[in-house]
Amino acid sequence: MYSETVEITGHIIDSLLLPKILDDIVRHGIEFNIERLDVGKKREDPSCARIRLTAKDAEALENVLKRIRQHGATLVDEQDAALEKVEKDGVFPDNFYSTTNQQTLVRLNGRWIEVERPEMDCGVRVSADSAHAACVAISEVREGDPIVVGHRGVKVAPMPRPSKEDLFSFMSSAVSTEKPKGAVVKDIARCFQEVRYRGQKILVVGGPAIVHTGAVPHFIRLIESNYVNILFAGNALAVHDIEYALYGTSLGVYLDKGIPAEHGHENHMRAINTIRKYGGIRQAVEAGALTRGIMCACVKRGVPFLLAGSIRDDGPLPDVITDVIRAQGEMRRMLQGVSVALMVATTLHSIAVGNLLPAAVRTICIDINPAVVTKLTDRGSFQALGIVTDVEPFLRELCGELKL
Amino acid sequence: MQTALFMCAPEHFGIEYEINPWMSLERQPDRGRAKTQWESLYRFLTCDLDVDVKLIAPVANLPDMVFTANAGLALDKKFVSSRFRHKERRGESEHYEAWFKQRGYSVHTLPGRLYFEGEGDVLFAGEADAYAGYLIRSDVYSHAAVADLLGARIVSLELVDPRFYHLDTCFCPLSSESVVYYPEAFDSYARDVIKANFPDRIEVTEQEALQFVCNAIIIGNHYIQPRGGSENLRPALEARGYKTHEFDMSEFIKAGGATKCLVLKLMETTKSTRGYK
Repeated sequence: MYSETVEITGHIIDSLLLPKILDDIVRHGIEFNIERLDVGKKREDPSCARIRLTAKDAEALENVLKRIRQHGATLVDEQDAALEKVEKDGVFPDNFYSTTNQQTLVRLNGRWIEVERPEMDCGVRVSADSAHAACVAISEVREGDPIVVGHRGVKVAPMPRPSKEDLFSFMSSAVSTEKPKGAVVKDIARCFQEVRYRGQKILVVGGPAIVHTGAVPHFIRLIESNYVNILFAGNALAVHDIEYALYGTSLGVYLDKGIPAEHGHENHMRAINTIRKYGGIRQAVEAGALTRGIMCACVKRGVPFLLAGSIRDDGPLPDVITDVIRAQGEMRRMLQGVSVALMVATTLHSIAVGNLLPAAVRTICIDINPAVVTKLTDRGSFQALGIVTDVEPFLRELCGELKL
Repeated sequence: MQTALFMCAPEHFGIEYEINPWMSLERQPDRGRAKTQWESLYRFLTCDLDVDVKLIAPVANLPDMVFTANAGLALDKKFVSSRFRHKERRGESEHYEAWFKQRGYSVHTLPGRLYFEGEGDVLFAGEADAYAGYLIRSDVYSHAAVADLLGARIVSLELVDPRFYHLDTCFCPLSSESVVYYPEAFDSYARDVIKANFPDRIEVTEQEALQFVCNAIIIGNHYIQPRGGSENLRPALEARGYKTHEFDMSEFIKAGGATKCLVLKLMETTKSTRGYK
């Protein structure tokens, strides 16, 4: 929905300007709400009305605004955003504008400026010359930073609705176990090809189920074909992948035979120990100790990865960033240029990354559990498309559609 | 309301640009004839009706200065100066402002970039109410600003026919109750407003309107107009006790103006009505 508020002042009742404006609004299918109406008491007193217009169509609203403007209706929010300075590192001014993940504009010196790096639950920091504005996390603000306060002079541009022919129109569908997956996977494949063709980036957020379900070969094919440009994961995906690369097991189970290895439960700790001995995944690959698997493919193909730690991690691997604030900051930095995020079989990392993504990033969430997708959208990443399926068949089918 | 008038002789009158559908560089007025037409009107006003007419000196290269109605609005020693929509006429303002300032008026200009074309678009009906045209020349926003400056009620009327680009080309209040107007020049809301505010209405035909008969000066029961109005207007005015006086305005009509456009009222409200409200 699109909405704007206008004010009309003058002898608007005697002149029938108010009914004329309201008729025009209604005639064009736009809803209105008179928020305030002050009627002049004496004959020569002017009256003033404040009207909120709401429309489904941005263009219709724009046209009506253009027309009623010449009958005296002026936009109320044509005012600059208010700014206040940060008084203490890591603390926003009271009444700071709390962002959404949608495209946002702030009005500074009479000009609407697009807020860079839209991210939910942040503040908006304005550059000293008021020429730029960007989202900033609460932990990153510093004393003296000018921050937008209040809602005045701030506009959120809603996501355009995809047309029927839009390649990405499937994005508007909600999670369902009943969907014909074949068609959706085909659409995702076209989307990936388009993104790769345009030189934009595909981010994959992955969980260890990629390894458990035997999807490693498919995933490696995606990496090697340049369909994975950034990988975010936790300690587990890397550990299980390396365990599988070194011992053929994942959590002690032979993936090809499906039976547990003798003393297999030790394998993942031995894998961690090996990598720690080399000082990191890249070093292990360079030393020839790690020769296959997802992490090895990332190193060899130069795909940047970020492993974020959690309290239940074994080890962890030396590559894991255990300071979550630092991990978050690194992720933000790496997200520049990402236009598609594929979240595979991980709840917590999906939500964490979802929180950092602008709504314009097409987000696809693959999980056997429908609740994961629901959780992701409930936490604000409403743009996410969910597919309820096991990881291996999905990645296999995707590789098939991509002819890998 | 007591009224003196403000005029400017057609010394430099001509068509040097086209800013309304009446003007054509191909159809130049005859300046000699224009002078004769203007002088006969001036003589009638000053000699026959004994009206106090003030004159401003004409300025070269400002051919439309003869249409003083568009200079602004003069009421009780306040002069609200116009801001012309067309740059061709903007040069006139400094001369009007200087003239009024010299005669002790407080001179006001409107805030922002609002277009406002003076008495061309604002006409009083009685002392308390004014009617104002908008869209073609003046902005509707200027009405609220003028109302605020003058402390008057200004009712806005939307003009829809470019041939009747100023309110005074299609609307002439006789009193707070009576009006002469051409309905088709207004949008339907404005027509409803006119009906609601004037119980007595004289509607002229398109042919009469094109003769500029609404562009009239009212002094007492004298209706001073260009030639025309034989269909509806004259009988209606005579029935109401008005005397019509027709002047040949052919040369001024070529530029889109007639009798009323040649004068600006220097209005003074009588104290008694000013105190009431």
